[in-house]
Amino acid sequence: MIATAVDALVVEHLDAGYGDTQVLWDVSLTLAPGEIVALIGSNGAGKSTLLGAISGQVSVSGGCVRFGERDLTGAPTDQIVSAGLLQVPQGRRLFGSLTVEENLRMGAFLRRDREVESDLQEILQMLPRLRERYDFLAGRLSGGEQQQVAIARALMARPKTILIDEMSLGLAPVLVDQLLEILKIIHARGVAILMVEQDVQTALEFSQRAYVLETGRITLQGPSAELLDDPNVKRAYLGI
Amino acid sequence: MSAFLSIEGVGMRFGGLQALSDVSFTVEKGAVVGLIGPNGSGKTTLMNVISGVLKPTSGRVMFANRAIGSVPTYQVCKLGIGRTFQIVKPFTGLTVRENVAVGAMYGRTGNGRTTRAAFERAQELCEVVHLAHVADRPASDLTIPDRKRLEVAKALALDPDVLLLDEVMAGLNASEVDAALDLLRSLTARGVTLIVVEHLMKAIMSVSTTIVVLAEGKKIAEGAPHEVVSSHAVVEAYLGSRFAARQAQLAEMKREAEEALRVEPHGDRP
Repeated sequence: MIATAVDALVVEHLDAGYGDTQVLWDVSLTLAPGEIVALIGSNGAGKSTLLGAISGQVSVSGGCVRFGERDLTGAPTDQIVSAGLLQVPQGRRLFGSLTVEENLRMGAFLRRDREVESDLQEILQMLPRLRERYDFLAGRLSGGEQQQVAIARALMARPKTILIDEMSLGLAPVLVDQLLEILKIIHARGVAILMVEQDVQTALEFSQRAYVLETGRITLQGPSAELLDDPNVKRAYLGI
Repeated sequence: MSAFLSIEGVGMRFGGLQALSDVSFTVEKGAVVGLIGPNGSGKTTLMNVISGVLKPTSGRVMFANRAIGSVPTYQVCKLGIGRTFQIVKPFTGLTVRENVAVGAMYGRTGNGRTTRAAFERAQELCEVVHLAHVADRPASDLTIPDRKRLEVAKALALDPDVLLLDEVMAGLNASEVDAALDLLRSLTARGVTLIVVEHLMKAIMSVSTTIVVLAEGKKIAEGAPHEVVSSHAVVEAYLGSRFAARQAQLAEMKREAEEALRVEPHGDRP
């Protein structure tokens, strides 16, 4: 189902924000095909803003976002989705009054190929819980199930790369572990993952590399295993 | 002697949500108290309780021998507590100077002031917060960082003994943050007591004499900046419980290693 990812995501010197308020300053980041990268940092550091700027949801005032050969800076979100760059938003943002099936089909909204049905079946095989909940309204599902729907909806667009924002928020540890297993499967199929995660240990154990955002700037980056022992991570959150 | 400002067992409930639970601490005159905590921890709610905007559902805030919740907000201001709002609230139809003059005219010391004196005071404060160049412009023209400055000037125009600053540095660049910190230091030098909510941790840690940490509506730590950042509960609230546990484990290993080093040279002695 999932195409082999060949496109690297490259963010260079990005400035972005809301109106007069600049949130991101000179942010550069890369995500190689098939890589798992974590983006961590305190509340208000700009993590979701960065994902939004990559996805075309937040306006960019400087720098660029490239995906493979394409310059996606300031592109409308539908073009970014068509290019294979999908976001799983914080809070899941499902269509609560639509069924699980309808939510999943919405993920394939822009697709014109004939493999939507077979992808749907494959995803349901991968996520049997969603088959059981297929006709339920998404708004009636538990938090963990909703997060599965959000991930599956992104998969229905045949992503090369997914950006996943605060997947673990409000979920019990056992459910987080289940979702991480799902991400492993997705990753094994060649999808690159950029994860924003509040639980620092989870983020650094699951990813290969990580970036630390501190008040809109990348102040620390490196292999996740090294950052786990780096006292500067704590400093980035707490100031001293 | 009773404390200058004391927060005594403050609880705040909104319907089913307990936004604050039994929060207590005291503020010394001239202190800079940094109020920190993850999103939704109750910082702004507490600011609203201290400034009398919200009446706590339990406990009380005592200032100048008065329970803040029992007096209307304009009286709180006249008692000497001024504040800024995170979502700025300028009078958009007035100029910047007029906005500040409102505080100088109707605030704490306003009764003794002529209109002219109020405008002079407003002009002074526009200079203090670096808004003199836009003093004649309508407040609605200001950029967000300038609106934040206007919030500070409006609050200062009340001549407060205690100033509550809610996220006044958001959206400022590095040099603007430094200028804002200088401003805060000059305020404390003039004897103003500050309670500061700020996401910029480096800034708040450098300017505060005491840090109070809230998480899920409860006070989880209080102390000097370097004390609270080594608190397990604080690391847990900010970076997650597993990371905090690992940090504690690493610290313990380091401590043991240092102990071993201290013992070892002993054996080498003749």
